[in-house]
Amino acid sequence: MPEAFSKTTSRVIPILRANIDTDQLCPARFLKITDKAGLADALFFDWRFTPDGAKRVPPSFIDEPHNAGREILLVGDNFGSGSSREHAPWALRAWGIRAIFSTSFADIFKGNALKNALLPIEVTPERYAALTALVAANPDGEWTVDLDQLKVALPDGSSFSFEVDTFAREMILAGTDEIGYVLSRLPAIEAWETAHPARVETRGEAAAAR
Amino acid sequence: MDRPRTLVEKIWDDHVVSSEPGAPAILGIDLHLVHEVTSPQAFTGLRARGARVRKPGQTVATADHSIPTLDPSLPITDELARKQLAQIEENCREFGIPFHGKGSPTRGIVHVIGPELGLTQPGMTIVCGDSHTATHGAFGGLAFGIGTSEIEMVLATQTLLQRKPKTFEVKVTGRLQPGVGAKDIILALIARIGVGGGTGHVFEFTGEAIQALSMEARMTLCNMSIEGGARAGLVAPDETTFAYLKGRQFAPQGAAWDEAVESWRKLPTDAGATYDRTVVIDGDKLEPMVTYGTNPGQGVAISGRIPSPADASPADREEIERALTYMGLEAGSQIAGQKLDVVFIGSCTNGRIEDLRAAASIMRGHHVADGLRVLVVPGSQQVKAQAESEGLGEVFKAAGAEWRESGCSMCIAMNGDQLEPGQYGLSTSNRNFQGRQGKGGRTFLASPLTAAASALTGVVTDPRTVAGVAVAASAEAH
Repeated sequence: MPEAFSKTTSRVIPILRANIDTDQLCPARFLKITDKAGLADALFFDWRFTPDGAKRVPPSFIDEPHNAGREILLVGDNFGSGSSREHAPWALRAWGIRAIFSTSFADIFKGNALKNALLPIEVTPERYAALTALVAANPDGEWTVDLDQLKVALPDGSSFSFEVDTFAREMILAGTDEIGYVLSRLPAIEAWETAHPARVETRGEAAAAR
Repeated sequence: MDRPRTLVEKIWDDHVVSSEPGAPAILGIDLHLVHEVTSPQAFTGLRARGARVRKPGQTVATADHSIPTLDPSLPITDELARKQLAQIEENCREFGIPFHGKGSPTRGIVHVIGPELGLTQPGMTIVCGDSHTATHGAFGGLAFGIGTSEIEMVLATQTLLQRKPKTFEVKVTGRLQPGVGAKDIILALIARIGVGGGTGHVFEFTGEAIQALSMEARMTLCNMSIEGGARAGLVAPDETTFAYLKGRQFAPQGAAWDEAVESWRKLPTDAGATYDRTVVIDGDKLEPMVTYGTNPGQGVAISGRIPSPADASPADREEIERALTYMGLEAGSQIAGQKLDVVFIGSCTNGRIEDLRAAASIMRGHHVADGLRVLVVPGSQQVKAQAESEGLGEVFKAAGAEWRESGCSMCIAMNGDQLEPGQYGLSTSNRNFQGRQGKGGRTFLASPLTAAASALTGVVTDPRTVAGVAVAASAEAH
């Protein structure tokens, strides 16, 4: 069952690059697990370690000592492009990230993030420019992201509203299990199935004839 | 008269189970494809809630991502991969899902076996925990990748919660020149609109250059929709589609076939229907494409030069600089002639029989360049068997290439097939992200014809400069 989430206050890790893809977030060789263990270590692995396995000098973004414990990312356009691997949001959550600001997110990543109560917050290019300037001027300022109020409070005293899929917001605020939600509409599913017979039978003809 | 609708709208409308105000629609799913990498945690979730698989007969599984492509009688030495492969087998047995696993003649890359078994059909909703599920859109179905939470949702309910996507027409006019194929169309599209260009949309590929493509070429095209940011890409079903499907194992038979075709003929977009966006590409002017950078949108025509960051927009400049630093390439130099260490021919993008025929048409009777490693990996065991029956396996082996068992292999580098740090690979796969084909590996993406031509020379090579390519190109197009 998902845990409910409504608000976080944290300093920000800026990674001002566009098109950060899922192979950067969680390289494929870490997808051989059959559970969700150890994914915090996989996050941005190849940015953080050389091919020989040594930690890079200087340390990469999330490994910079002052970024320890920070829960908010500020990133460039089209974040999370590439694969459907939910390991990417799992890795971000395992590291402790709760909210990500960008001008856009890849569709599959965005959906996966919301299912893990990781907030992808889309801002306009103008807002993005203002936020990057703010982080540059005040790198240790704390931001508050409030999903209930759909509001971000900035360290300069200003605030702005954001949008998140209304349904996803309700699910996250209440910690609702989406599968339970859908199964509670089982009669509608059964009615649709009666009107739309299965188009294939993957178990073969014998099974179809049963 | 009903409002004119697009292909995507028709499929959408046909699959909406319920739609409540403010909530996403519950969308019925016709076919769920499952593989070993993204499914284990979904089955764990299913067990935790004491649920069964709601429609095992609309679910099918295979092993492709982490499975070795070496002799299948050898033990799997990677402990994690071995465990993952054992897990999918066990999950399928427990939940009653048909499994095309190790040793099965119908095993293969999930996006290759769906179509070749006739499971992938027009008008269907098809999902899989893999972003290249878009491949199946070649048949005129709505097919897209999902995450593991959604896999669990589909296993448990055979539905998904979805918002209706916007539509994006990609119209390709004219006729492709010899040596140019579907891979070049999609790389040219992504270079034009960018890797996020299709976000929030579903592509529908239209125009005479698309209609002229074979089913396998359409699969190549739709496969990389996600690289342009679109979760799905579709081609309207037509006679080419029906001819491909007819007689396949899981396609409708007899009277059911005629009925199905009749309903499929109603799917194409109505005259007068509108798309949210449209882009037009002149097919006559396309050249073979090659990527130089670290996202699939960083591509140029093979006669072109690697762009200079100085000439790029401020937004692109830094990204091109970073890409060229990672790739170790010089701005302004010709893309043709760049040195290679490895050539990889395979993947769900270009691992089907027509791709192998195209590659073999260039490699037949020749030998790969000295010191170059060339890996040819069929997309499925059926593709492998077909290629061998046509003598293509022998062509590749005689040329000095490695001829393997089927799987995702070096496209995702999970199974031991990978680039070494710093190596340059020219690959017929779909992603050139940093480290995608092995940590520190550097990828050029291109078509099978370009890959085969480059395999002979050891450098990025325009297939149009190789004797006999006109024949190969026309074989690929038809």
